[in-house]
Amino acid sequence: MQQIFNFLIRNKNNILFLLLLVLSLFLTIQSHSYHKSKFISSANFVTGGIYRWANGVQTYFHLDDYNKRLLEENQQLRGLLSNIPDTSLTKNHLDSLSFSGIYEFRTAKVISNNYSKVDNYITLDKGKSAGIEAEYGVVTSQGIVGIVDNASKNYSRVISILNSSSKINAQLKRTNHFGSLIWDGKDPNIVQLVDVPRLAPLKKGDTIITGGKSLIFPQGIPIGRIDDFKLDTNESYYTINIKLFNDMTNIGYVYIIENKDKAEINALEENDD
Amino acid sequence: MTNSILTNSVRFVVLILLQVLLLNNINFLGYVNPYLYVMFLILYPLNSPQSFFILAAFLLGITLDTFEDSGGINAIACLVIAFIRPTVLRFSFGISYDYQSVKLSNTPFEARLGYIIIVVFIHHLILFSLEMFDFSHIFLILKKTLFSGIFTILLILISLTLFKQKQR
Repeated sequence: MQQIFNFLIRNKNNILFLLLLVLSLFLTIQSHSYHKSKFISSANFVTGGIYRWANGVQTYFHLDDYNKRLLEENQQLRGLLSNIPDTSLTKNHLDSLSFSGIYEFRTAKVISNNYSKVDNYITLDKGKSAGIEAEYGVVTSQGIVGIVDNASKNYSRVISILNSSSKINAQLKRTNHFGSLIWDGKDPNIVQLVDVPRLAPLKKGDTIITGGKSLIFPQGIPIGRIDDFKLDTNESYYTINIKLFNDMTNIGYVYIIENKDKAEINALEENDD
Repeated sequence: MTNSILTNSVRFVVLILLQVLLLNNINFLGYVNPYLYVMFLILYPLNSPQSFFILAAFLLGITLDTFEDSGGINAIACLVIAFIRPTVLRFSFGISYDYQSVKLSNTPFEARLGYIIIVVFIHHLILFSLEMFDFSHIFLILKKTLFSGIFTILLILISLTLFKQKQR
C-alpha cells in the first residue's frame, strides 16, 4: 500500500497529464462526430454573453450593409407579391392557423462566426427561450447558412455549411438531380456537391438549391452557382464546386426555419421499422 | 507569491479575451491566425510546481475550446506544451535551468528565441493536426503551422519587448 502511494506521489505530474490528456482527447474525438459535442459549446452563459457584448459594438460598423441587404430582399419579395393574383390574398381563410404553412420563420443575429477552420460553428443570440431548438435550419435572404445543433436558454450554436461534418441535401434548379452538399475545408466561398449522377446535364453557372428530401430546409432555398465540375475517380458521379450566393465571412442577421410537421413525419418513419 | 498569482490570472484572462475577440478574426489570407495565448505558457513562472502548471494549461486550453467550439484541441496542445516545457527549457538554456535560477528576461536573446520557436511550433503542429484530424491533409497542416507560427512568434516577440519588465 505504501509503495502504491509512493508511486502515485512520485508520478503525480505524469498521471495528471495523462488524465487530462485522455479527457481532452475524448472531447476532441466527440467534436469530430456529428451531433455529439454537447459538453463544450460556445452557446453558454459566459461565452455567449461575451460574444454578445463584443458584437453589440461591431454591429454598428455593418449597419449600411445590413440595410442594403434588407432593401434588396424587400424588393425581391415585393416583386413576388405583385405577381400573385389578388384573389389568393383577399380570400378568407377559414382557419387562421393554417395560413402560415408548415414552416415557421424566426430571426436572430450572428454574434460569433468562424470560417478559417475545417469545422466551423456560428453562435446566435437567441436560444430555447425564443423557441429555437436543435435541428432547425438557418438561412439568410441570399442563401443557406447551416443547421442549429445545440441550443441553450439564450444562445444557440449552428453547424455552418463550412464544417466537415455538415451534409445537406441539395439539387439542381433546372433538372431535379440531387446530391449532398459538403465542404472540403479550403475556400470559404466554395462548397462541393457530391453524388450527382453522371446523367445530370450540368452547365457552368447553373443554380443549385436545397432539395426537398430534407426535413430541415424547405425546397428551393438558393445555395449558389456551379463554378466547375468533374467526374469522380470511378466516373459515375460528379463532384461539383459551387460558388455560394451567401458571403459566409459576413452574415449578420439570419432566419431560423422550423418545420412544424417534422415530429409527425419522424414518428411515421419510425413506425415503419 | 501572491503577486505572481495575480499577474498570471490577469494575463490568463486578458490573453483569452484578446484571442477570441480580436486575433481569431484576423484570418490573414483566409487562414493565417496568430495564437498569442501561447505566451501564457511561455511566461508562466519557471519555478512553480509542475502539477499546477499542467492544470493551468488545461484550463487555458479548455476555455479557448469553449469559445471556439473546437472540442479539446487547444487543451491537448496546451497540455503537451506544459508537459514537455522542462525538457525544452533544459535544451534551450542549458544546465542553468536545473538550478531554478533562470529568469526569462535575463537570458541571452538567442536562447530565448529558440525556446519560443520550439514551443510555438510544437503547439501549432499539434493544434492543426487535431483540427484537420486527417493526415491526408498533411501539406495543409504544415502550411498552416508555418505561417501561423511565424505570425505568433512575431507577435510574442513584439509583446515581450513592449511589456519588458524593468531590470532591478
